Amino acid sequence: MTRIGRWIGSHLVLAGGILVLLYMYIPNMIVAVMSFNDSSGARNLYAFQKFTWNNWLHPCAPEGMCSSLVTSIEIGLLATFFATLIGTFAAFGLVRHKFAGRSLMNLVLFLPMATPEIVMGSSLLALFVAAGLGGHLGFVTILIAHIMFCISFVVITVKSRLAGLDGTLEQAAMDLYATEWQTFWKVTFPLVFPGILSAALLAFSLSFDDFIITNLNSGQTVTFPMFVWGAAQRGVPMQVNVIGTVMFLVALAAVILGEVGARRRRKAIAAR
Amino acid sequence: MIATARKRTGYLLILPAAVWLAIFFVVPFYSLLATSLYDPEGSVLTGYDMTWHFANFWTALSEYGGVMLRSFWYGALATLFCLVLGYLLSYAIAFKAGRWKTVMLVLVVAPFFTSFLIRTLSWKLILADNGWVVNTLQAIHILGPEGRLLATPVAVIAGLTYNFLPFMILPLYTSLEKIDPKLNEAAADLYSNPFTRFWKVTWPLSLPGVVGGTLLTFIPATGDYINASLLGSPNERMVGNVIQSLFTTQGDYAVAGALSVSLMVIIITMVLVYVRRAGTEELL
Amino acid sequence: MSQVSSGTGRDLRLSGLQKTYPNGFTAVHDLDLVVPQGSFFALLGPSGCGKTTTLRMVAGLETPTAGSITIGDADITHAKPYKRPVNTVFQNYALFPHLSIAENVEFGLKRRKVADSRAQVKAILELTELAEQAAKLPTQLSGGQQQRVALARAIVNRPEVLLLDEPLGALDLKLRRAMQVELKRIQEEVGITFVHVTHDQEEAMSMADTVAVMNQGVIEQMGSPYDLYTNPHTTFVANFLGRSNLIKGTVVGREGAGDDAVVKVDMHGTIATIKASKVHTDSKDGWLGIRPEKVLIQPAGTAIDAPGSSISGGVVTDASYLGVSTDYTVRMPWGQEIICFEQNTGRRGGLIPVGTQVDVSWRPEFAFLLDASQDADAGIVEED
Repeated sequence: MTRIGRWIGSHLVLAGGILVLLYMYIPNMIVAVMSFNDSSGARNLYAFQKFTWNNWLHPCAPEGMCSSLVTSIEIGLLATFFATLIGTFAAFGLVRHKFAGRSLMNLVLFLPMATPEIVMGSSLLALFVAAGLGGHLGFVTILIAHIMFCISFVVITVKSRLAGLDGTLEQAAMDLYATEWQTFWKVTFPLVFPGILSAALLAFSLSFDDFIITNLNSGQTVTFPMFVWGAAQRGVPMQVNVIGTVMFLVALAAVILGEVGARRRRKAIAAR
Repeated sequence: MIATARKRTGYLLILPAAVWLAIFFVVPFYSLLATSLYDPEGSVLTGYDMTWHFANFWTALSEYGGVMLRSFWYGALATLFCLVLGYLLSYAIAFKAGRWKTVMLVLVVAPFFTSFLIRTLSWKLILADNGWVVNTLQAIHILGPEGRLLATPVAVIAGLTYNFLPFMILPLYTSLEKIDPKLNEAAADLYSNPFTRFWKVTWPLSLPGVVGGTLLTFIPATGDYINASLLGSPNERMVGNVIQSLFTTQGDYAVAGALSVSLMVIIITMVLVYVRRAGTEELL
Repeated sequence: MSQVSSGTGRDLRLSGLQKTYPNGFTAVHDLDLVVPQGSFFALLGPSGCGKTTTLRMVAGLETPTAGSITIGDADITHAKPYKRPVNTVFQNYALFPHLSIAENVEFGLKRRKVADSRAQVKAILELTELAEQAAKLPTQLSGGQQQRVALARAIVNRPEVLLLDEPLGALDLKLRRAMQVELKRIQEEVGITFVHVTHDQEEAMSMADTVAVMNQGVIEQMGSPYDLYTNPHTTFVANFLGRSNLIKGTVVGREGAGDDAVVKVDMHGTIATIKASKVHTDSKDGWLGIRPEKVLIQPAGTAIDAPGSSISGGVVTDASYLGVSTDYTVRMPWGQEIICFEQNTGRRGGLIPVGTQVDVSWRPEFAFLLDASQDADAGIVEED
């Protein structure tokens, strides 16, 4: 009795978990299906009409969509680069150095994560307007905003990796004739790198997906989420679903390749 | 001597982040604060006068207090649903997934690489008036024959729950994963049934994740306006919608600023009280 | 005294070494120490006694507040860790998790740009019986293997001094004993000066030529394991290194001269003699110390075969049979309980039952006299 009860109990939790996971995938399945929808001439853009390859063959057909995509990728890459650089420096400073004002810095880093995007976006807008930049909103102001809200997430991610790093490893390196510089590049950096990498990934996805802050500070520049938003008012072109599906597949492939690569590297080391 | 050099390096390392956040986060908040006290008669074109117009806050709260309350209510409900669903999934991954752990974690994160606007729009399709969800619910008489989901609070809260679920799952998983399964065995050995085992061992040990997850879910969910815009009707308007339209279409910067500041102050206060009561200050 | 200096002039010398932390805590107090080149030296003490701090100062991982550290003529007090001919085996091994075993071992050689580093790595891995593991990552090895990697990674650099910080602490008892033998073998093979920090007195005694017992930042006593055990100078050493019965006594007279000089001590009415070379107090009162295995025990009225300082009127209150030996606890007429370890040679044909009236006795040359002002319980450690 108890054994059967336990079996059910343990599998019930797993089954529940899988159901939640499926729930998370419902929209992605819809997006994938709709990417094959032929919506030409249809009144209801939120129902499947007819199968077509057209959306996949001509993904850039809707005007402005692909250029908005390029803008988003550009901003995403630049914001990722700067936020990762600045945030990694800060993480090292906070974990490895003791100085007055450390807790103030921690607070300032925490606040952007505790602030609703609408508040951050509107306050930045208030600043830009007060600085007389109200008419010059665009690529640069979006980039500034994205770097700003990504920094905190980078610092948190890198910090936790750094804090988990065993300090005696660096002492061991110094003991084994590595200078401070060599110790950093041969021991510290390789061990912290996975943290920096996931911080960068996080930053990119935050930047790429941001709408609320971007929308307030974008002027005439259109990012991909803004294109989707604008299109949602008129009727979303089905190609948007193609992009959505591709993004999902690329992300999945990247993660799988990363994992396979890591496994192969481990095997290669073992085989040498 | 060495200590001061280390101190200086420390300052140099945090300098870029400190400067960036000071200029583009702290100062803007200050200018938002200033904006909230401008004379509401001004406009973007004519400029604003600083008149220490505290009445803006009165206007904001009296006119939009209901919207604000609704936002907190929706945010809280969505957070609660996220906690239940997220806990179930995180627990399953941490303790039941075995060698599928990594795969399941990847699967949790992967869907969120599709732009969240696109995913939210697809909920519109799922919950559509003639969709199978509504039809099924009508057939089993949960919804009346004219009943609908779209443009109701249900749709908005469902959307919020869905969108912020990963923000709940990741911190929860991180703290659940740290729990030694042997603790459960020890508790069982000490005469606890599965129910007390969960409440007396697993749950308290996962509290840091619960606190982190609820914060990361509640804050953005409360300030969100995408879900209310796409899945709701004007009756489900949230504070984000109001601030965004005051800033962008109505150009009423002063009241918009007052509303933003109020939202921020209330949220920060709630966060601090919550974190203190949960006894997990180290999160800060 | 054990060997003092090998005379080749590359001894490790600590002079007036002091470490005071910013919070005012002095971990190491005015330490003077010479470690002869090529010796196996152990710093033994309880946790917090300053032994690890001393080691870290030699390694260059802590800066001394005062004093100097020299190897031969070279002053390395303030040299960077990577500029010292010193390597360390860390307590948790500190193996680089992202590098293979071979890469870990090669790390120091590469930094110093040694030409035939590959060949040296191969040789040292063979010496430490790790050749099979060269390509693996540290996490794939067992604790004992990791320990050997840490050792190989350090000695491949042929440092003048090798520092070992509780290197066997993480291993289980059986492995620890095996590694002790191994370490000793390797030290003899490579001939490097080993400075070994440990809290395990058995470990220190079984391996080291010279043991320094450290307590609260100072060295209490230094010498060969034999000297330390048979002639402790303080109650701390008497208790920390093995166990001791310490019995209150008063000096009542001295006899003889030179090597034959003895001191007469009145302990609760019985007069005991102690060799003058084992008397370490100037005052009239003292603790008479005697190791438990030196105490002979016999039911009252039967003859003790090695009579010396003898006391009657004891009662056995506990007898633990351990196979090899039996531990007796005997309550003396003045109320104190003393311990006595007896080899189970089979001669007695059974145990002495609890409650039996017994006489205890020891040969006078085994006793020592310590200063009465010292705490009789200093250095007593809970068995682990």
